[in-house]
Amino acid sequence: MIAFALAKRTHAPRATGLFENGIMRDEPASTLLYTMGDPSNLFQATFCGDMISVMSLLQQGRVNVGFLGAAEVDRFGNLNTTWGSRNGQRVRLPGSGGACDIACLAQRTVVILAHETQRLVARVKHITSPGNGDGAGWRSEQGLPAHSGPSAIITTMGVFRFGPDGEAFLASIHPGISLQEVAKNTGWTTRVADDLVPTPVPTEDDLAALREIDPSHFWTKA
Amino acid sequence: MSVAAHSKLVSMSQAIAEHVPTGSSVLMGAELEQMIPFSAGHEIIRQGRRELTLIGPISDMLFDLMIGAGCVSRVMAAWVGNASVGVGYCFRRAVEQGIPHAIETVDYTNFTLAMALHAAALGVPFLPTYAALGSDLLQSNSNLSEFKSPVGEDRLIAVQALRPDVAILPVQRADAAGNSHLWGNFGVAIDGARASRKVIVVAEEIVPPEVISSDPNRTLIPGFLVTAVVHEPWGAHPAPMQGYYGRDHAFFAEYHEESRKAEDFDRWLECWVLNLPSRAEYMVKLGSTRSADLKVRNHAYTAPADFGF
Repeated sequence: MIAFALAKRTHAPRATGLFENGIMRDEPASTLLYTMGDPSNLFQATFCGDMISVMSLLQQGRVNVGFLGAAEVDRFGNLNTTWGSRNGQRVRLPGSGGACDIACLAQRTVVILAHETQRLVARVKHITSPGNGDGAGWRSEQGLPAHSGPSAIITTMGVFRFGPDGEAFLASIHPGISLQEVAKNTGWTTRVADDLVPTPVPTEDDLAALREIDPSHFWTKA
Repeated sequence: MSVAAHSKLVSMSQAIAEHVPTGSSVLMGAELEQMIPFSAGHEIIRQGRRELTLIGPISDMLFDLMIGAGCVSRVMAAWVGNASVGVGYCFRRAVEQGIPHAIETVDYTNFTLAMALHAAALGVPFLPTYAALGSDLLQSNSNLSEFKSPVGEDRLIAVQALRPDVAILPVQRADAAGNSHLWGNFGVAIDGARASRKVIVVAEEIVPPEVISSDPNRTLIPGFLVTAVVHEPWGAHPAPMQGYYGRDHAFFAEYHEESRKAEDFDRWLECWVLNLPSRAEYMVKLGSTRSADLKVRNHAYTAPADFGF
């Protein structure tokens, strides 16, 4: 929700936001959203309808990018939001929601999560939302649409992109973070881009926009 | 025409007593975070229903508290938790530790649950989709099965039609026959009304039939599909009802803290459900200051549309 609002104000002024509850918006909501069903997200929407009217466009391949969070992501970009573990005990997580649909059907998917070893795991215990499975060719073997799949994992330490073999590699590292810290907090042996770059810092305009969108830091707290 | 002769108006307790017996499958939370039938859920708990199958895409905290109250034996949903704050502790306790008792979970995605209801609404046994291919959901949900397309080479998921025993659907306004006006996002409510064997409409306002027929595009649930109409102002609190009241974000956060431990949840349940006989008493407990804060401050009426000829 915040990514859409920021994109509208910066590089993608003509973007449309689609919400799986049935809302389409040309302009972001005027208040911070706690859920996509908050009344301010319906107010002055471009379209309000049912879930299938939005998800049908996703299935047709007409949605450019989907944003997802996750409890766990692995080196092939598979996401788990169903079964976690804590101190050796199985923990039941809320489930897919629309994440699996988006991971299957959006042209590209961007995953955003905190960079911790228990979140960036070698292999997810349960594939709630498929990334590249076990590597190149897996998505097409499953029957997933040709133009779909994970594009980036944005963490609190850097940005991973995906190589032709379907595996994530570190493409940029946030200022102030060392490669050792990334390695220590990643549950697999991280491959690093030959041309690894520092992640560009947000511009003053970006920060001003984010602070305006989320003045109480409900979603953007560290 | 006599309104009384066609009236389906009943109290919430009558509607639940007659149409939601133990063992029912119940569609709730069809509009996702908007317009969740919390007052109906509370009445189901008070009447001590057991072994329910709850069906809904994401339920926000309603499914969690019904599970904690012991009403539920199975959940067919895409997501069970507390949308703005995270996990549902009662759901976790039931699945992980069998407290208050074990429940079966049938995991869907939002789209596949919508398609299951759409298939039932269309009157066909299944619908095909590419969603969920490659997901481990297929191992745990036997209502989703892979097949090869008969008209090409594609692999697809057959989503089996899902026909709930009863759908409980909050609406902004209805007439006494159940013809209902809804506005905002609908989620799976429209298909849900067509797919379910019975429909209970929970209306914020009851209006004369002329109001409904003045704007037939807004009639998303025709009355002949409706079994019972309950007039229940504030029936969705703490969820929002577009045009009437906003979302009580703090209430969801408070529940999250107070449901963290089983014994605290039991106290919460007594305080907010079991000790309050009806929604009217619930609103008194909530307090007029809090409800006044949630009321719509800036009305935003639609432009009129001309149905003349």
